[in-house]
Parts: sequence; structure tokens; C-alpha cells
Amino acid sequence: MKSYLRFAIPLLIFGVIAAFLFKGLGMDPREIPSPLIGKSVPDFALPLLEQPETQITNKDLLGKPYLLNVWATWCVSCRAEHETLVQLSRTGKVDIYGLNWKDDRAGAQTWLRKLGNPYEANIFDKKGRTAIDLGVYGAPETFVVDSKGIIHYKHAGPVTPQLINDKLLPLIEQLKQEG
Amino acid sequence: MRVICLAMLFLISITTPLSAATLSEYKFDDASKDADFRAIIEEMRCLVCQNESLAGSNAELAVDLRNEIFDMMKAGQTKDDVISFMVARYGDFVLYDPPMKPSTYPLWFGPLFLFLIGAVLLARAVKGKKQSQEATLSTDEEQRLASLLKQTPDPQDSKK
Repeated sequence: MKSYLRFAIPLLIFGVIAAFLFKGLGMDPREIPSPLIGKSVPDFALPLLEQPETQITNKDLLGKPYLLNVWATWCVSCRAEHETLVQLSRTGKVDIYGLNWKDDRAGAQTWLRKLGNPYEANIFDKKGRTAIDLGVYGAPETFVVDSKGIIHYKHAGPVTPQLINDKLLPLIEQLKQEG
Repeated sequence: MRVICLAMLFLISITTPLSAATLSEYKFDDASKDADFRAIIEEMRCLVCQNESLAGSNAELAVDLRNEIFDMMKAGQTKDDVISFMVARYGDFVLYDPPMKPSTYPLWFGPLFLFLIGAVLLARAVKGKKQSQEATLSTDEEQRLASLLKQTPDPQDSKK
């Protein structure tokens, strides 16, 4: 074997491994590709958080693109993203629906009164059955849904202003144009 | 010291049956269903604590999913039904035994590929070494070798 190969090959192998490991540093193991992209929001019929006697179903959400945000008062990151959601709702650029996940009803209502309510309506999923149908594995999670109820994007983890500007709002605009 | 050891043993003895008891609440009339259920929850990854199976995890979501799977199987659904239910919601990621399909080819064949690269490199290295060993000396080199050998004093002589 030529002498330069003797050095070049280990160097090359090292380079490839280092490149993969470096990429791995920036990847989030919690970002799991959702099999629900391109599928409909699952059927549900659940009470509203604020009015226990009123039911809301997936059909009530049709007509406009919207964000579906899974949250709970026991979820620390939800507290962190809440202000961002409140500000987004003030811009009026997109409707946000909440899925209140395995939460305490009174506690969740107090939370919204104290911190502001960015949601058009809150679906109260006490048992977490609809969350399972949505493939939720940790709050907060945010889905982008079009006017026909098809899921186009899912984000696991807190929503940031950067994510809203770079990803969520452009996608919502695109969905609005597609009707 | 002895007291501490005894106390530890006592603690272990009371905590171990507790963790085992968490799964005994799932009882089927049919023993084969019981085995199926246990096999499924062992094969599924808990999504909250990603290195634990559904069987081993005490995360709230894992408990909910165990209950859901238990209810499905009680209602007469098969192992395949449960697996497709889970994959439809959480993707192949929930399976500890990933299916063979184009997106998982690197996973299945990557190690074989690396092994082949290693085998080729090894074969080349071994072959190269053999050739250099078998290399014959040129006449110049042979003469030099002979003269060097002559110069070397006999080790037996030096001992005297």
C-alpha cells in the first residue's frame, strides 16, 4: 500500500465519523417524525374547557387553517411558550385551538385567566385518549392544520418567535392561499 | 454496619415486589393473550423516556398506552392490530424491532456494508504484508547481508 494511503484512510474515516457525530450534536432526539403528517385530525367529541356541558368535535374546527396546541398546567415548557402564543394570537394572523391534556379543569381555567388566553377554544381531554390518537408524547406539541382538517406540520417542544416566523406563519399563509 | 445492611435488604425486599406488581393488574383469561400482551409492551418503546419499553416505564403516557393496549386486546384485537394502531400514531419509532423498508435499509445493511469495507481493507493489508515478506533481496543486498553477518562476533565467543 502506498505510504500516503496509510495516513489518508484513517484520516478519512475519522473525518466521516466526526462529521456524523457533529451533526448528531445539533439533532434533538425528541423530534420524532410524525406519521400523522398528511392525515386528518382524528375524530373526537370532547367537552370544552370553559363550558363542560358544551361538546366540540373535529368538524367544528374545519373552514380555516389553524394551530392546534397541546398543553397542560403541569407542563413547564407550556408555561415558557405561553407568552409567545398570547402574542401570536394578538396579531390575529392565525386561530389557535388548545388541547388541554390530562389536566385539572379549575387549574387550567385559572392559568388562562392569569396568563392570558390565546385560544379560540380549548378541548378538554381529561383521559388523554385524543392525545394518543394525535400521537402526542409530551406537551407542548403544536400541529399546523389546514381548512380541511389535514395535518401539515408538527412541532414537539415549546413554540418560539423564531419558529413562528420561519415556519408556522409561512406555512399558514401558504395553506390560506391554497384554500 | 450490620444494621445498615439489614435495613438495605429490607428496603430492597419491600420495593422489588412493588415494581413487579404494577404489571400484574393486567390479567387475561386466556394465557396466550397474556403472553402476547407482555410481548407487545416489551417490544414497544416508551416515547417519554426513550430508552425504556412500555412494559418497563412508569411514565404517565406509558401507563395510558398499556391500558389502551390492554383494552384493545380484551376487546378481541390481535397483536398485529395493536402494532398497526401504535405505528399509525407514533410511527416506526415505537417499535424496538424496526421493519425492513427503504427508509430503514441503512439501519439493516449499514453494518454489513461497513463490515465489507473492513474486510476488503484487511485483505489488502494482509496481502501487501505477505508480498513484502516474500520479496527477495537484490544481489547487492545479499552481499551486504553476508558481510554484516561475518562481522558479527559469535555470541558463544563473548561468553568465554
